[in-house]
Amino acid sequence: MIELTYTRASDAEDAVHRAVDGQGRYLGGGTNLVDLMRETVEKPSELVDVTGLSRAIAPTAEGGLMIGAAARNTAVAEHEVVRSSYPMLARAIVAGASAQIRNMATVGGNLLQRTRCTYFYDTDGSRCNKRAPGDGCDALEGFNRMHAILGASPACVATHPSDMCVALAALDAIVHVRSVSGERTIDLCDLHTLPGDRPDIETVLEPGELITAVELPAPNPAAFSTYRKVRDRSSYAFALVSVAAALELDNSAIVAARVALGGVAPKPWRARRVEAALRGQPATEATFRRAADAELADARPLAGNAFKVELARRTLTAVLWQLTEEARS
Amino acid sequence: MPMMINGREAPVPGDARVSLLDLLREHLELYGTKKGCNQGACGACTVLVDGERVLSCLALAVQYEGREVTTIEGLASGGGLHPLQQAFIDDDGFQCGYCTPGQICSAVGMVDELRRGVPSYVTDDLAATNVAFSHDEVRERMSGNLCRCGAYNGIVEAITDVYAEQQA
Repeated sequence: MIELTYTRASDAEDAVHRAVDGQGRYLGGGTNLVDLMRETVEKPSELVDVTGLSRAIAPTAEGGLMIGAAARNTAVAEHEVVRSSYPMLARAIVAGASAQIRNMATVGGNLLQRTRCTYFYDTDGSRCNKRAPGDGCDALEGFNRMHAILGASPACVATHPSDMCVALAALDAIVHVRSVSGERTIDLCDLHTLPGDRPDIETVLEPGELITAVELPAPNPAAFSTYRKVRDRSSYAFALVSVAAALELDNSAIVAARVALGGVAPKPWRARRVEAALRGQPATEATFRRAADAELADARPLAGNAFKVELARRTLTAVLWQLTEEARS
Repeated sequence: MPMMINGREAPVPGDARVSLLDLLREHLELYGTKKGCNQGACGACTVLVDGERVLSCLALAVQYEGREVTTIEGLASGGGLHPLQQAFIDDDGFQCGYCTPGQICSAVGMVDELRRGVPSYVTDDLAATNVAFSHDEVRERMSGNLCRCGAYNGIVEAITDVYAEQQA
């Protein structure tokens, strides 16, 4: 039997001291970690419950919004300012999981949830470099239609499962973290790492480092934004492809765009080549397709997921059209 | 501090690995809450905690110290049925019945979310704080509860019969 201790942190300072030996895991709503423990993918000896930490959602002096890491997904999606000023984020959250899970899941936990690659979960029968570095990857030659087309490596082709993170990437969110040695901030786009030959390392967080808040920069009132998710069933399924996009137009010219993709990469995929290809160009179908092609030129599909390249191209183009029409009406 | 389950005090288990679902079924003999997938994919284990619907299979019981848990056994007041339980019977909201306690607890929590104005994936106007009760909203908001018998039409009808008028 695996011994397991449980303690509850009173605040962030208390939490990082409780987890200082590096053996513990921070526990939020449990919607991913409890499942991983049951499947013996994760075998922590110590749980530090951080659901008692700040769940406040409050304006910042810079005109943005600070979201406490213990805020539940539902609380963020229903927050008045999120709905009115960051609709892309509200839409991304309600596109994810089910209402029951969104009521439990915390923002901090959402950032650190792990891939739903079935080979990663299959501790009895499958090889997985993320679970056991150096063992091999059974997804490479296996059933891989859900897997990554961008940013993967020969060691790992798993995708990051979060919807919320895709919107946070497009919004240039800033992650506040804390450890016994102090506090620092990390751009959301830099939080997750690509697998390379170490897919077991998924973020730049140090052992024991705790996410305390997610900060949203001031919204762009001139931009139109949304989140669209394409999946195998119309609700309660992980993304095949998702697009978070914000578009600012001046007449028919694109002033600025922010785009991130989900379901296609090992991390929330900020599509900077798309953004560069859109900037200053006329908002036309040809521009949108060129922008999509710029990003997807690097796509490396597997035997089962070549469809994702075209699906990403079409979804991105459709979303950009939708925003263009909204901006013009 | 104990937790309250259907108005009664229950001790928090000493073993942190015990899920709220296993606490209910294996320790307290409350068999109404069902274990379907035990991995957060089916919704059969849905219960209400302080009025909010959650999945008891993914909840470690120890985290719910001091909270109020309501299961299907505690939903109705007095000796009768909750109106939604009656509506599930009247509208054929089940066949085998295994998912039903989760469906009903989920629907009670869902209606509260709708009244609070929590948006869903099919809500057009995100800024509106008053989300209208509709067939599409109910189906989307209940998507976390699977029914292998396919009684979805009856389930939506039962929820609609009880709550559509109240909402309007």
